[in-house]
Amino acid sequence: MVLLTLNEKQKRNEELNKEFLRRSGVNVSKCYQCGKCSAGCPVGDHMDIPTNKVMRLAQMGLIEDALKSHAIWLCASCTTCTTRCPKGVDVAKVMETLRIMAKEHGYIAEKNVDKFHSVWMGIIGNIGRMYEPALIVGRNFSTGKLFQDTSYGVPYITKQKLKLIPYKSKNMAEIKSLIAKAEAMDREERGNK
Amino acid sequence: MERVGVFICHCGSNIGAVVDCAKVAENVRNYPGVAFSTDYKYMCSEPGQEMIQNAIKEHNLNRVVVASCSPRMHEKTFRACVEKAGLNPYMFEMANIREHCSWVHAGKNEEATAKATDLVKMAVSKVCKNEELEKGHAPVTKRALVVGGGIAGIQCALDIANNGYQVDILERTPSIGGKMSQIDKTFPTIDCSACILTPKMVEASSHPNISLITYSELEHVDGYVGNFEVTIRKKARSVDMKKCTGCGTCMTKCPGKADDEFNMNLRKRTAIYTPFPQAIPNKPVIDRVNCLKFKSRENGKDVCGICSKFCPTGAIDYEQVDELVTEKYGAIVMATGYEQFDHSVYGEYGYGKYKDVISGLHFERLVNASGPTQGHIVRPSDHKEPKTVVMVKCVGSRDPEHGKSYCSRTCCMYTAKQATMIRDHCPDTKVYVFYMDVRTPGKLYDEFYNRTREEYGVEYIRGRVSKIYQEGEQLIVKGEDTLLGQQVEVAADLVILADAMIPNPDSEHMAQIVGIGYDKDGWFTESHPKLGPVETHTAGVFLAGACQGPKDIPDSVAQAGAAAVKVCALLSKDQLETEPTVSKIDTKICSGCGLCVPVCPYKAITLETIQERRAGKTIERLVANVNSSLCQGCGACTVTCRSGAANLKHFTNAQILAEVDALCQTIL
Amino acid sequence: MDYAYFPGCSLESTGIEFHMSAKAVAQALGINLIEIPDWNCCGASSAHSRGHWISLALPARNMAIAEAAGLDVAIPCAACYGRSKRVELEVTQSKETREKIEEIIGRPYTGKSKARNLTDILYRDLGPAKIAEKVKKPLKGLKVVTYYGCLMVRPPELACDDVEDPISLDEIMTALGAEVIPWGFKTECCGGGLTACRPGVGLDMTEKILDAARRSGADCVVTACPMCHSNLDMRQVQLNKANGTTNMPVFFITELVGVALGMANKDLGINRHFIPSEAVLTKIGKTSEGGEA
Repeated sequence: MVLLTLNEKQKRNEELNKEFLRRSGVNVSKCYQCGKCSAGCPVGDHMDIPTNKVMRLAQMGLIEDALKSHAIWLCASCTTCTTRCPKGVDVAKVMETLRIMAKEHGYIAEKNVDKFHSVWMGIIGNIGRMYEPALIVGRNFSTGKLFQDTSYGVPYITKQKLKLIPYKSKNMAEIKSLIAKAEAMDREERGNK
Repeated sequence: MERVGVFICHCGSNIGAVVDCAKVAENVRNYPGVAFSTDYKYMCSEPGQEMIQNAIKEHNLNRVVVASCSPRMHEKTFRACVEKAGLNPYMFEMANIREHCSWVHAGKNEEATAKATDLVKMAVSKVCKNEELEKGHAPVTKRALVVGGGIAGIQCALDIANNGYQVDILERTPSIGGKMSQIDKTFPTIDCSACILTPKMVEASSHPNISLITYSELEHVDGYVGNFEVTIRKKARSVDMKKCTGCGTCMTKCPGKADDEFNMNLRKRTAIYTPFPQAIPNKPVIDRVNCLKFKSRENGKDVCGICSKFCPTGAIDYEQVDELVTEKYGAIVMATGYEQFDHSVYGEYGYGKYKDVISGLHFERLVNASGPTQGHIVRPSDHKEPKTVVMVKCVGSRDPEHGKSYCSRTCCMYTAKQATMIRDHCPDTKVYVFYMDVRTPGKLYDEFYNRTREEYGVEYIRGRVSKIYQEGEQLIVKGEDTLLGQQVEVAADLVILADAMIPNPDSEHMAQIVGIGYDKDGWFTESHPKLGPVETHTAGVFLAGACQGPKDIPDSVAQAGAAAVKVCALLSKDQLETEPTVSKIDTKICSGCGLCVPVCPYKAITLETIQERRAGKTIERLVANVNSSLCQGCGACTVTCRSGAANLKHFTNAQILAEVDALCQTIL
Repeated sequence: MDYAYFPGCSLESTGIEFHMSAKAVAQALGINLIEIPDWNCCGASSAHSRGHWISLALPARNMAIAEAAGLDVAIPCAACYGRSKRVELEVTQSKETREKIEEIIGRPYTGKSKARNLTDILYRDLGPAKIAEKVKKPLKGLKVVTYYGCLMVRPPELACDDVEDPISLDEIMTALGAEVIPWGFKTECCGGGLTACRPGVGLDMTEKILDAARRSGADCVVTACPMCHSNLDMRQVQLNKANGTTNMPVFFITELVGVALGMANKDLGINRHFIPSEAVLTKIGKTSEGGEA
């Protein structure tokens, strides 16, 4: 354990904290640390820090530590925490905002989770829909685990579960423009406004 | 001719450090009406008051303005001071240049001095319009009503009765005793609740000054402090109280069955019943909803009647009807207590559908020797002794999203008490308590809590429970130990939820009947959170016990005593002085529209017919009339009145406008 | 009853049985599903982890196309439903959001066209009683646990059923004649996309649910989410191999409705499950002693 020099560390986190508060829109000071979010989290036993500690870091303005955590990447977005929070805090929104910020600020504790999202978004950008074989192959290439889930390949085909040629959107120009505009707006949000 | 004396107080440095008091005195010296103006360090001190009295004589003053603190602090002081010097106390006006000026404008001395000058000018303009007023008098009915026969109501009634006054206890259920009669043991001493309660119940029932009105409800309240007229509905007991000896034969023979609410529906009772063995009065009532005879009558038949056949004194009376009686009282004490929060709103705790997830009050009945299990702690589902018990605190409390925002104050202690009782009764049973905080600020409370952990081996886990679900015969409790930073799961046989305290479900309705305030949760509002804890904003109505907010037994008893003292102080007077600052209707311009009648929160205004001579003829017309004893001087009628006929004495339209004019002159 | 139909990407591959059975059952029950032309991916598991506006814009396009046709959207997939419902709610609640979304997608979308979960349509618009009337082969003797997962019931503002104790699947199954076994895992999370990118974590979550289903004494699990189905069915192969656990068939709600309406397993896609599921259906109509019920 390292001594936490609170005032110094909070000062270093000032900008990140402002960005976090603005983008999440969640009043984290409402949290009274009852632990109900952690108690009901289905991924709780795999997280490096429990959800209520992520909330505590956010509450204390120690955003960098939260961005470095694995917990924000392992969150399955099931929103059990938000649903049961006695104080009406949108805990899942806090996790989601931190995940988005972690990617943008270059803190990626769970590279494979991040790559999964990248491959997914890449496929949509190319054909407008998700194509699961492409997701598996793309993920395997980017994570280096070439043979993960390939055992499902043959039954996939014999069970006639997939189209051999994916559907490609008839309006890719429209979808590309939509993605470009949305991403620009998200970037703008990051900067300030 | 108005001759106003103005006295500016420094209040040490409270005012003097910000407001230039001498300058203010100087500024108003030539203001219309002012005959004398000065400043002094402490106007409220003896020399200060003497200074005022001397100035009244020397300068022949007929009106006085003191500029100092809030009237809440010293209006009484200065009114008495000018009265001693021969002035009517209402020829005095106070300008608040402390709370309204120096305290809120620290550092802006010049502006504060200008504002203080304005405030004083306004007071001078008003006092010039003031009229001499005399206090009124009203008689006092030397008898009190206590609404609610729980421990707070019983204690309050005993204290009033022992002071020599008559007091009635009005109780809705068939017996006095309240929630305390359902509780098995009391913290932190673990003495038997019934053993300390029943002597008080007996004392109340046999006290020559106390009458019990049980199985009855508050129907209507009229009148005012010292002179309430209360209508009470005496519900039909179907048993003649004079003939019944309380032998209990009827209850052993009755074939009708109903959920036993006293035992939290953990067993059945008969349709003719007393709620518990030590009930007072120990005479049964027929629960007509569940009585076979009354049920058959709904279908045009008339069967059963067994209780009547077996009653040796012929006390059963199926034809009894509700009776409305009106009684006079000088004071009313509300002691309507609390109810338990219903935890079935929590889906994650099973929406109340798991039999072995019970509330704290259920547990009290389970562990009570005269309860449904003769005091054996067993699961409601299969009557087996639980080997693992989980207790969950703050269920409904401190949960603004799904329950109540407040702390219920008692649950930390009753949970600790129940945990030790489980360990006493079933030494092999493990007990876990999930908590957010342990709040034990009472005498010997924290010591008790520490014994619960250290000596009784109860395990406290810091964290709220997320979910409880049934798995086979057990209940899986999923929580987090936030001190370990780890999820925990306990397979429990019995789960006890520390349900919050909520007001009696009928509290808002009762508050409306009596005419007192209540908060967002339905708790009755005291007149001042610190200095008026048992008074209400309605003179003559007082509060005792948990109806004002969650309270444990010692606090309820203490508050009951406090309320009793207030009642006795009131009843000890032969006449009550009433404030003259009440509303008055100028009947000449009142159009009789009646708008003021419904806005009056004290039911003080009525419309009445007057006769007038007009153009040589006698005509009749309606005008509003204010009962000055009922009127509390709130002013609601004066702002509602379209013709300006309603005027609050001492705050008349002319007086207020004089203040406004004084202020506008400075601005313009 | 006409609805725009948004199957979503999973229903074209891993969840193809849901697609087949949903269409077959809808037709039989008089629900007219009109597939949204050239629909796109809703962004599902990933878009909301990348940015706020991208997560709203992707489903908004589909909703806008349906709105132009004047139809509410029937969505079988729980994730697609959640994402689409989110944008419907956001544009309804904020004019500013609506204007931004319309600017991004280049189409008008006012939120008038509602995102509807297909199970909710069966439960609320049609109702268990109406479904029961059409049952030809009651699912007598079939013990099921109903599994709703996350996205039909959470977060509360998007839920189409009770957040803690949903009942739509239960009541439909009861209407079909099946026996619904109570259990504590109706709304637990299966791990979603974690099984693909963090198998150690995701599979652990899936395993907990399957174990609970086995302990409950049910013959099979019924779900209404292709992600849950893929985790509980496809990933079960891995888990059973590693742990020596027994097969627990997992059905889509529409598959069992189809069976009860007398449709063939093959037409519903039941033969395509990774965990063989046809055998358990032979129990239907037989008592535990083996005779005809």
